Amino acid sequence: MLYGRPAVRVLISLAFASACLAGWGARAADQSFVEKLALGDASAKLEAINDAVAKGDAEAIPILRALLDGKLAVAGGKQVVIEEGGGLIDPITRRPVIPSGDLEKVSINNRVRRTLERALAALGLFAPSAADRLSAARALQGSADEEVRSAIEQALVQEKDRQVKELLSSIQAGLMLTSPDREKRLAAIDVLSHAPSTRNKRLLLQRLGESPEQPGVETDPVVREALERGIANIDASLHLAEVVGWVFSGLSLGSILLLAALGLAITFGLMGVINMAHGELLMIGAYATYLVQTLFRTYLPGAFAWYLAAAAPVAFVAAGLVGLVLERTVVRALYGRPLETLLATWGASLLLIQSVRLIFGAQNVEVANPPWMSGGISAMPGLVIPYNRIAILGFAALVLAVVWVLLNRTRLGLYVRAVMQNRGMASGCGVATPVVDRLAFALGSGIAGLGGCALSQIGNVGPELGQGYIVDSFMVVVLGGVGQLAGTVIAAIGLGQVNKLLEPYAGAVLAKITVLVFVILFIQRRPRGLFAPRGRAAEET
Amino acid sequence: MLAALRQLYPRKALLAIGLVYGALVLLVPLLNLALPRASFFHVSDYSVALAGKILCYAIVALAMDLIWGYTGILSLGHGLFFALGGYAMGMYLMREIGTEGVYGSTLPDFMVFLDWKQLPWYWRGSQHFWWACLLVVLAPGLLALAFGFFAFRSRIRGVYFSIITQALTYAFMLLFFRNNLGFGGNNGFTDFKRILGIPIADSRTKVALYVLSATTLLLSLLLCRFLVLSKLGRVLTAIRDEESRLRFCGYDPVRYKLFVWTVSAVICGIAGALYVPQVGIINPSEMSPSNSIEIAIWVAVGGRGTLIGPVVGAALVNGAKSWLTAAVPELWLYALGLLFILVTRFLPGGVVGALIRGNGRES
Repeated sequence: MLYGRPAVRVLISLAFASACLAGWGARAADQSFVEKLALGDASAKLEAINDAVAKGDAEAIPILRALLDGKLAVAGGKQVVIEEGGGLIDPITRRPVIPSGDLEKVSINNRVRRTLERALAALGLFAPSAADRLSAARALQGSADEEVRSAIEQALVQEKDRQVKELLSSIQAGLMLTSPDREKRLAAIDVLSHAPSTRNKRLLLQRLGESPEQPGVETDPVVREALERGIANIDASLHLAEVVGWVFSGLSLGSILLLAALGLAITFGLMGVINMAHGELLMIGAYATYLVQTLFRTYLPGAFAWYLAAAAPVAFVAAGLVGLVLERTVVRALYGRPLETLLATWGASLLLIQSVRLIFGAQNVEVANPPWMSGGISAMPGLVIPYNRIAILGFAALVLAVVWVLLNRTRLGLYVRAVMQNRGMASGCGVATPVVDRLAFALGSGIAGLGGCALSQIGNVGPELGQGYIVDSFMVVVLGGVGQLAGTVIAAIGLGQVNKLLEPYAGAVLAKITVLVFVILFIQRRPRGLFAPRGRAAEET
Repeated sequence: MLAALRQLYPRKALLAIGLVYGALVLLVPLLNLALPRASFFHVSDYSVALAGKILCYAIVALAMDLIWGYTGILSLGHGLFFALGGYAMGMYLMREIGTEGVYGSTLPDFMVFLDWKQLPWYWRGSQHFWWACLLVVLAPGLLALAFGFFAFRSRIRGVYFSIITQALTYAFMLLFFRNNLGFGGNNGFTDFKRILGIPIADSRTKVALYVLSATTLLLSLLLCRFLVLSKLGRVLTAIRDEESRLRFCGYDPVRYKLFVWTVSAVICGIAGALYVPQVGIINPSEMSPSNSIEIAIWVAVGGRGTLIGPVVGAALVNGAKSWLTAAVPELWLYALGLLFILVTRFLPGGVVGALIRGNGRES
């Protein structure tokens, strides 16, 4: 063992503590702080920590952190050092140092540890970056008491960031709820009821208690009334945030379904065949993203944040190529026999799954979000919208726009629509239907690849990824009807919304079952979907 | 009796079917029970259970042929009916465990685990064997009747029908995965001890179940053959080939489809009920969409619209599966995938279809 037995360690550090305190007491304040921490006994340590908190000295954070993490050590009995990255540095100058003797780790007891944890949280309020201050404030939220009150008040005075300020004032208000001054209590209630969160609601409820006779609850009738109003206020805001949250997550699920089903709508609409390997095209898109991500990590770590810009086209091309091969070998050969095509493409999907399993392994692979995708916007109090969901929503809209332009504003799109509506007539007018089929199938597959690229950002990427989406994408296509993008879009968004609106009442699984039953019933009413082809085309398939 | 059979099959075919059946029900039990374990020709209990399982699959394939091969409706949800029959029988088998479960309660173990105090209402009567038998027919039959009524009435056809049946079995799978449904959730039913008071793990019980499966297969074959040769069978074929024209001739395809769909589901349910005591477990994964699709490939390999073909196909594919998943597990999915592609592309009539064509006997 490097540091020797604990008992010996304590004895040595105690012996040196007294010697050192006497010897170097006249040094600079920072140096004495460090020595108190490293060489002093428990009460000296506590004193030093509390002193740093009272001064709001953010520079003490790394030293306190080192102490908490067991990285603070004493070399040769007097030189205080921090272990960092395999080497040793000076706590104040943070320059590498050479130890003047054997290393002795500074140990702390539980009391010091607790104080240290809270001190770090309180000192975090003075950190230079707003994000650090925010997380420090969040950490303090649960444990704030009178001891850190002065630190919070001090931080509040110099705080510039709106979000941190709001959080700090609600922590402060929470502490003021028990103030003897009635006006202060009322002000605190006002602050809390305008910062709706379940925590603040709980604080108000606690203060209100079951009845005024309970010990420790509010007795003043005016303040009690304010408390009740505040709680009602928070409830209303929270409810609104919840509803907006549902709508957004429904929209988000809808955009995912849309990305998964859009390609299927094109291939199914065009050729009237169900491509059971569609889910596997999604999977290939996701794995292509994984490969690009790995390449970026190895060769271009500087540009890692933007790897998705390269991954999306790669996913499109990879899935499109697989689709092209599938069309040539399976779909084309079985033209006019949709049920056989369904079975053969299922076979193709098994081949794809097993191949991916053999190449990449049966385990899920890890696809990291680019750094800008983590976190989210707090759109309302009590509602945070994650960036990755927003990105996928935007991506779905972009893909939809591109597909719309392709289908409605290009010659290829014109041909595709013509073949969809009347294959024989289109062929008679000189459209090379086999070429159109091939290109459209590749296009639909490529879009599935884009969908897979998006899915890799929010879920697990494994060989069975596609299986999880296949029934859902079919439901979207069947519900929306074929031949029009509008049907697919409305069906995807609608299914997403219905699913998410049911979830809070029925749970995720029952919601899904309900939606499936709903689709099955809906199809009874409109067997050709929301936007059914009319006229002659209606009796085909 | 014989005259009635002669209506169904020519003399030679009857003889062949009889011989195969006789060999199955006499030879296998004999080799299992009469020979000592060490003997080279001894058929192990495991093999008997495996053969019984494949016979159950063959019954399912027959049911599938009735609906797909003859009526042209590709169901991707037949695994659901199979599983429902299995669950109906499984409920009875769970009750037969009595107080010998891990917790020693009269309730099934998973209910004790959920802290339930009494059986839910739909478990009432499940201790009676006759009720289980009734449920085996009723559960898949009524579901098929209700689902088929709505689907066929709305003229849902082709791939749409296939997709909807897939969604149906998927929804049921999710439902049965739920613990509080009262069907054991993820784990389903297992650890059976007795059937009709007889220990279920006994070699003789296994052989009896095996013989019962083989007999059920034979009877199902004759029933299906009777159906497809009757006037009804001709209407079914007409539905497959030209449904609109049939409707214009004054027939109502809905009734015919509904009848054959329900019959097919009930046969599946019976197969499931025979399957569960032989493999000793039933869980929601039997309802997964991939299981149902696999049924279609048994039929396709053997040859659609031949009845004998699907039986052969089920035996071939499942035999190969048992062998491959043990010998080279990573190759099985490749083999299955290629089977799907190659059979649909190059062998549309299946093995039996190719043989018939090879003999120049177009039917």
